Amino acid sequence: MFAFIIRRLLQSLIVMMAVAFISFSLFNFVGDPVNNMLGQEATEEQREALRQDLGLNDPFPVQFAAFLGNAVQGDFGVSYRLSRPVSDVLATRLPATLELVFVAAVLALVIGLPLGVYTGLHRHGFGSKVLLTLSLIGISLPTFLIGIVLILIFAVWLGWLPSFGRGDTVQIGWWTTNFLTVSGWKSIIMPAVTLCLFQLTLIMRLVRAEMMEVLRTDYIKFARARGLSNRAVHFGHALKNTMVPVITITGLQIGSLIAFAIITETVFQWPGMGLLFLQAIQFADIPVMAAYLCLVAFIFVVINLMVDLLYYAVDPRLRVERSGGGH
Amino acid sequence: MTDSTNDIIVTRSLWFRFSDGTRRFFDGDVFYSFKRSPVIMVAFFVTVTYFLLAFLAPWVAPHNTYDVITLNLMDAFKPPAWEAGGDPSYPLGTDDQGRDVLSTIMFGARVSLTVGFLSVLLAMVMGIVLGMVAGYVGGKTDAIIMRIADVQLSFPAILIVLLIDGFTRSVLPRGAHEDLALVVLVLSIGFANWVQFARTVRGSCLVEKNKEYVQAARVIGLHPALIMLRHVLPNVMSPVLVIATISLAIAILTEATLSFLGVGVPPTQPSLGTLIRIGNDFLFSGEWWMTIFPGAALVILVLAVNLLGDWLRDALNPKLR
Repeated sequence: MFAFIIRRLLQSLIVMMAVAFISFSLFNFVGDPVNNMLGQEATEEQREALRQDLGLNDPFPVQFAAFLGNAVQGDFGVSYRLSRPVSDVLATRLPATLELVFVAAVLALVIGLPLGVYTGLHRHGFGSKVLLTLSLIGISLPTFLIGIVLILIFAVWLGWLPSFGRGDTVQIGWWTTNFLTVSGWKSIIMPAVTLCLFQLTLIMRLVRAEMMEVLRTDYIKFARARGLSNRAVHFGHALKNTMVPVITITGLQIGSLIAFAIITETVFQWPGMGLLFLQAIQFADIPVMAAYLCLVAFIFVVINLMVDLLYYAVDPRLRVERSGGGH
Repeated sequence: MTDSTNDIIVTRSLWFRFSDGTRRFFDGDVFYSFKRSPVIMVAFFVTVTYFLLAFLAPWVAPHNTYDVITLNLMDAFKPPAWEAGGDPSYPLGTDDQGRDVLSTIMFGARVSLTVGFLSVLLAMVMGIVLGMVAGYVGGKTDAIIMRIADVQLSFPAILIVLLIDGFTRSVLPRGAHEDLALVVLVLSIGFANWVQFARTVRGSCLVEKNKEYVQAARVIGLHPALIMLRHVLPNVMSPVLVIATISLAIAILTEATLSFLGVGVPPTQPSLGTLIRIGNDFLFSGEWWMTIFPGAALVILVLAVNLLGDWLRDALNPKLR
């Protein structure tokens, strides 16, 4: 167990170092930072002074170490486009994205789980076939198109919901929240639904497959032989045993929700990190790109690590296989 | 034996192999399950139609949308033919520059399919080579390749594509990026999707390499590269085919998403995603056809390819027969 944790921690560290290295090379090899900061008009002395100041004359490993040191403290320099410290910009954008991702994840679980159980139990029912066909269509629908159609129906034609922005937000410390105003709730519905649809189909299909797998096992037959009610067998025995992979996948998918938020945020002009990142790409705003990359990678690595450890703690079978040698 | 008779024998044996292959195909399980499923036949028909229309677009499209001279701003914003104010020569209406929406969809599908197809090809070649090397050679090489694959797999493909695109955008001068946009797109989407192929090929390769025919080939003293290419590769192709089909759907969606976000193909060569992006600007003023028709075209194409992939997976899976 201990060796496993150490190995996973080391792996995460290597991934973070690799990502940091990519971010660092973005800074150093793409364009000339001195030119970017002083413009074309500066004299040679000014350039040399800034070069010395930024530590650009230091050997490569020293520069990388300095970058790492700053990055750990959250210092990624100043955005080229917004002329503000990147960490400030990210901090104002972070709550918007996290709230959106949170609502989408909850929606996907709350709707996807019951649908998965239903289609798993009534495999040949009419409802299951309709749901499965719908889920295939759902996978074929690009996120941005769902958003556009929702806007067309609920904002343009019906006028029920706002088509862009966060609505009124309430400030709590540095965190701004949507959850305390009516217009905040109204604004988050469409982006959250758009973002959750793909995950919803994924969870539904996963739960269905797991349920079908579990229902075939001997302990379910045994539970039935004991004369337990359908309800007890389905929910007490079957569903419980499908939970481990479902929790794992849902956890891992939070990472991709953050990534897909880039698209949703663009469609709804939601002022989150994803929109910021996309604008950074279009304007080649490298400090923002590098900071976003490091932050997202960090979130991913932490989630991956947590899921791995949880999985390991919850599923005893894994421990047995590991100690038996081989994969 | 003279050269010419030798040639004839070679040609004839090739022909026998070919006709034998086609007969086996039509008698085989795959074609049987194809004949039995009307949904799949429709999906196949739709996909083929898309490919035909897309590649014959310059000849079959009602208007040439690349030809600026034929455009007339007076024709802009015409609704579909069946709506009030519609013009029968523009069946699905026109966009903000007076281009026929049906024709732009055909030309757009051409760009979407080209990018999708080429990027899947790249991902496939990359994945097959790396997967086979990892599976066949094993040891440290295997560990390194699969570690990289694991790390890449934990990041969503769309993020990797966006990063590569952003990187090249900062490296290349502005004009050059416009010209190379399609190449960059193919490279980045292809690079983001090689992992699935590599994992599958490696898995099958590990199974195949211990079978007798590979051992026999090794005993004869064939070069490992030749064994991999001539003997192992044909036997790991069917799962690769399934992944390629599903990847095509994903690649088309990725390209459309990027173009919609404005970081994909240049506006001079609009793909389906670009068309949706352009239409999106006019959504609030009521010109819904500029968004909905390209959107529907995209969804139908991706759905058809997805259905084919799903079916192929079941049809080629011996366990399910």
